[in-house]
Amino acid sequence: MNKFLPLLVAVVLAAFSTDAFAEFTVEITSGQSQAIPIAIVPFVTTPDPNVLDVAQLVSDDLARSGRFKTLDRKDLIAEPHAGTDIAFDDWRRLADDYILVGAMTPQTTDRYTINFELFNVLTHQRMLGFQISTNTAGLRLAGHQIADMVFEKILGIRGAFATRIAYISVLGHLPNKRFRLIVADADGANPHIIMESNEPLMSPAWSPDGQSIAYVSFEDRLPSIYVQQLKTGGRQRVSAKAGVNQAPAFSPDGSKLALTLSTRDGNLDVYVVDLATQALTRITDDPGIDTEPQWSKDGQSLYFTSDRAGGPQIYKISLAPGSHPRRLTFQGSYNARPRISPDESQMAFVTQVDGAYRIATMDLSGRGDVQVLTHGRFDVSPSYAPNGAVIIYASRDRDRGVLAMVSADGRVQQRLVSTEGEVQEPAWGPF
Amino acid sequence: MKRIAAIAVVLLSVGLLAGCPKKPAVIDQGPTGSQVPSSASTQSSGDASTTVTPFGADQNGVGGRNGTAAPGNVIYFDFDKAEIRPEYTDLIASTAKNLTAHPGQRIKLEGNTDERGTREYNIGLGERRAQAVRRALLLQGVAEGQITTVSYGAERPAVEGDDESAWSKNRRVEMVYLP
Repeated sequence: MNKFLPLLVAVVLAAFSTDAFAEFTVEITSGQSQAIPIAIVPFVTTPDPNVLDVAQLVSDDLARSGRFKTLDRKDLIAEPHAGTDIAFDDWRRLADDYILVGAMTPQTTDRYTINFELFNVLTHQRMLGFQISTNTAGLRLAGHQIADMVFEKILGIRGAFATRIAYISVLGHLPNKRFRLIVADADGANPHIIMESNEPLMSPAWSPDGQSIAYVSFEDRLPSIYVQQLKTGGRQRVSAKAGVNQAPAFSPDGSKLALTLSTRDGNLDVYVVDLATQALTRITDDPGIDTEPQWSKDGQSLYFTSDRAGGPQIYKISLAPGSHPRRLTFQGSYNARPRISPDESQMAFVTQVDGAYRIATMDLSGRGDVQVLTHGRFDVSPSYAPNGAVIIYASRDRDRGVLAMVSADGRVQQRLVSTEGEVQEPAWGPF
Repeated sequence: MKRIAAIAVVLLSVGLLAGCPKKPAVIDQGPTGSQVPSSASTQSSGDASTTVTPFGADQNGVGGRNGTAAPGNVIYFDFDKAEIRPEYTDLIASTAKNLTAHPGQRIKLEGNTDERGTREYNIGLGERRAQAVRRALLLQGVAEGQITTVSYGAERPAVEGDDESAWSKNRRVEMVYLP
């Protein structure tokens, strides 16, 4: 947006989806200046248009991370498929630091073997060498896993390409809207409808094991919280009390849900419900709006939004009885919806800057430094990738709700523009 | 391929790779669910048992809501405020009079906000607005049992748009008479 020129990378993902679904186009709006150059050589000599181009998927993953600059295919000087075929001196002249080669070979019907190797072009060091065997349905995931391994080997950060996101899609216009809860691959491909309703769906939250999703549904024209198993589709209504039932968040061990309920006179407070016993514990007790709870890593505290001091600010409270909340945000008049990075070193939240809503982070380990990461007018709903390197959030592009991502250091920005409908409230699933 | 003999590690078997645990498959169809074409993309032929149907989806036609506020039964609010503006004094009074005269009549107060801010915090603001109207009605003698409240936050805008003219129409409480 600002100092970096937009990289003209537009990758159409979900190319195989049925037309019932939105496709996403990824635009890298701002990249890292020190992206690592890598050459990714096609895994097959003669591409079959009906079979996923796995090397291209790996290349797209790495390019989209903003940490890698992938060599254009037309600039490849050769197409080696194994390390022994690499003429390292030639590749070094292209100033590539790394080269990924591979061979994808059909075995029986619907069965492939992918051998791949990663080399350091300068030292000729063989950094990775693996074989993956999969069927057609597994090719996409195999590609993401190859990208994960390359990412981790070179950067020392666990890759999160083979993970999933949940989000809400809203189709149609007033008064005929359709709300869908969708689970897709982290790159937006493979979207699956988990729940669909004419009434609003909100606040999807992953269980720590990635097996289920909690969400708010207004299908009865009143809010209820459900926990739905992804594998079976079976779901359980865990909260349908009079008034507000909102903002579910699984505890780190998955046994409890933090949520927001209201008293008869409409006072919102944060509670914890034990999913096995249904035992309910009130955590906050204040006449202001207390909501948007998030667990600390150790499961002993909750971060939450409260407007007890006037405007919304972020607080942290211990779950020990009799605890008092401690205010964390002081900069600006609107700080809300905390999300905690996996190692709890950082908190992402929504802050108001000059009337615009943007994603900011606060350092939780040191002095509490705040950094505003995004530049939109309506940037909300941040969610950390499980490796903590990227934050996905909801933004607006012209009049439409879109998903966007920003690296946790703010350097890499990208937008996932859906071809149809509004997309909102992304939630990044676990590894 | 023999050159890759050095590749000793077979990393993952297909079972792991195909990602059965990663494949959301919703088969249990709710009583009111309507069939939706499988979202399984074409490359998912490997586990064609993956079908996705909505669970518990709303059976009513699109837009089929129980009751809608009649025109004139809407109270609009200032940005980030839940105070009822003086111009609505007469509307509150006539509504209260109507409800006290018909103790069997129930009313649902639907609180809404504009799209700005976080979704869950907006649920709180919408609830606060609905409660402001509820308190005003209670003060004028309406029985507690006649009133229910719900907050839709920013999820049910009356008007689409990214400017104040739309926002001002969305910061509202709709007073919906229940059948």
